[in-house]
Amino acid sequence: MDLLSDPGFLQSAFLAGLLASIGCGVMGSYVVVKRIGYMAGGIAHSVLGGMGAALFFGFAPLGGALAAALVAALLIGLIRLRWQAQEDTLIGAVWAIGMSVGVLFIARTPGYSADLMSYLFGNILLVSGTQLRQTLALDLVVIGLVTAFYRQFLAISFDEEFARLRGIPVTFFYLLFLCLVALSVVLLVQVVGLILVIALLTLPAAIAAHHVQTLGRMMVLASLLGMTFTSTGIALSWQWDLPSGPVIILVTGAAYLASAAGARWLRQHRAEAAVR
Amino acid sequence: MNRQPAIEVKNLSFSYGEVPVLEGIDLTVPEGEFLGIVGPNAGGKSTLLKLLLGLLEPRQGEIRVLGRPPKKARRLMGYVPQYPAFSRDFPVTVEQVVLMGRLGTGRLVGGYGREDRRIAARVMEEAEIAPLAGRRIDRLSGGQLQRVLVARALACEPRILLLDEPTANIDMRVENELFDLLRELNERMTILVVSHDIAFISRYVHRVACLNRTLVCHRTEEIDAEAIRQLYGGEVRMVHHHHH
Repeated sequence: MDLLSDPGFLQSAFLAGLLASIGCGVMGSYVVVKRIGYMAGGIAHSVLGGMGAALFFGFAPLGGALAAALVAALLIGLIRLRWQAQEDTLIGAVWAIGMSVGVLFIARTPGYSADLMSYLFGNILLVSGTQLRQTLALDLVVIGLVTAFYRQFLAISFDEEFARLRGIPVTFFYLLFLCLVALSVVLLVQVVGLILVIALLTLPAAIAAHHVQTLGRMMVLASLLGMTFTSTGIALSWQWDLPSGPVIILVTGAAYLASAAGARWLRQHRAEAAVR
Repeated sequence: MNRQPAIEVKNLSFSYGEVPVLEGIDLTVPEGEFLGIVGPNAGGKSTLLKLLLGLLEPRQGEIRVLGRPPKKARRLMGYVPQYPAFSRDFPVTVEQVVLMGRLGTGRLVGGYGREDRRIAARVMEEAEIAPLAGRRIDRLSGGQLQRVLVARALACEPRILLLDEPTANIDMRVENELFDLLRELNERMTILVVSHDIAFISRYVHRVACLNRTLVCHRTEEIDAEAIRQLYGGEVRMVHHHHH
């Protein structure tokens, strides 16, 4: 196929990847430093329930995805604050129940079953102009709130007890924080599908953590890395006529392994230099 | 200056489930005192601090901090925890941690103000960690991290400073330096320090509260083998030292 014969949707695909990378670089950094990757995974998978229901009742899937992600985030957050011990069981339940609800709705929706694969593994080449504007809006919400409450979010991710002692409404900010994680998950679901979201949310941030000193810089670097990986992945998948989601993830995963090995080598190298 | 005590505890009891941890505690700490709280592990020392901070609710009895319920007095207290609740590899610099002491003051949205940064710089100077301001916390020694936690508590501009086992993870020389710093700070604030090391802290504090579910106060001069035997229930080696 000729790249130039259809510039419209290829450009849309790249743009969607770039936009999603911003929100996920910011929230992915929190997810990594706060070690709530499993929670983000639960939110991501529960999104299928909302998408399935939206299809069945004839609404836009993105709206259903957003609603499901926010409900899952608030549910997990509230129950974690009340009964801390059951957190992982609860996440597992939200994860599986959300997917089951989604699969049942999709099974009962005439003519839509073929789309299941693109929800699960993404198909960025189907992104529309409306979706791009919605993605931009979600980005602005995430960036706006994180900028406004940077101190509070840093404090509750770093040391909840101390934040509470300083009079920060920890419950409110924790739930708001999880809602923002849910928003960034929804951003990414369009790009790589809900099963692969976790890798694209956490790996760019994890790579950034190898190389920078502060959370703010980690967010910037993670966003830039996410943009690089999604663009590279889209280009390669186009070139070889492969599904875009898995290719983006493999590019990201390879970069993560290389960075982890590189960081380890650097540490040893410095340690040896210090001994000498 | 008001004459109300910094801390007033009346007939305080607390238990975790069925297990009583504190029973019938009475304690009055006048402003400006340097009080040491000693006792065996699991004797209720950390629990008492958490009750004073309003992180736990008493089962029975009453607590007043500067005349208010603990939760209302939180911003007047600086707290140095025994085990930092954060992970050491969190990407955050010394200055950012100290600035967290300024949370809860100033504007709701946006970053820290110029005044916050000025106060953070001053307390880092005071805690002798100013040269480490830009360093990431996973590159600090145990003693340096302890000073960062003290600086974070000082950045709250507290009237009462509460420290839980501040010397648990540092060596003897650093321990002396830390307590010299606390003695200077005591000139302008009330200090409560929890420790298992009675011999060490009695060189610095005015009064020692011995806590093992119940609480008995001693002036520093009165600490003798008998008091220690009562507290720990066995023979403990005494270390001679000068009183102030």
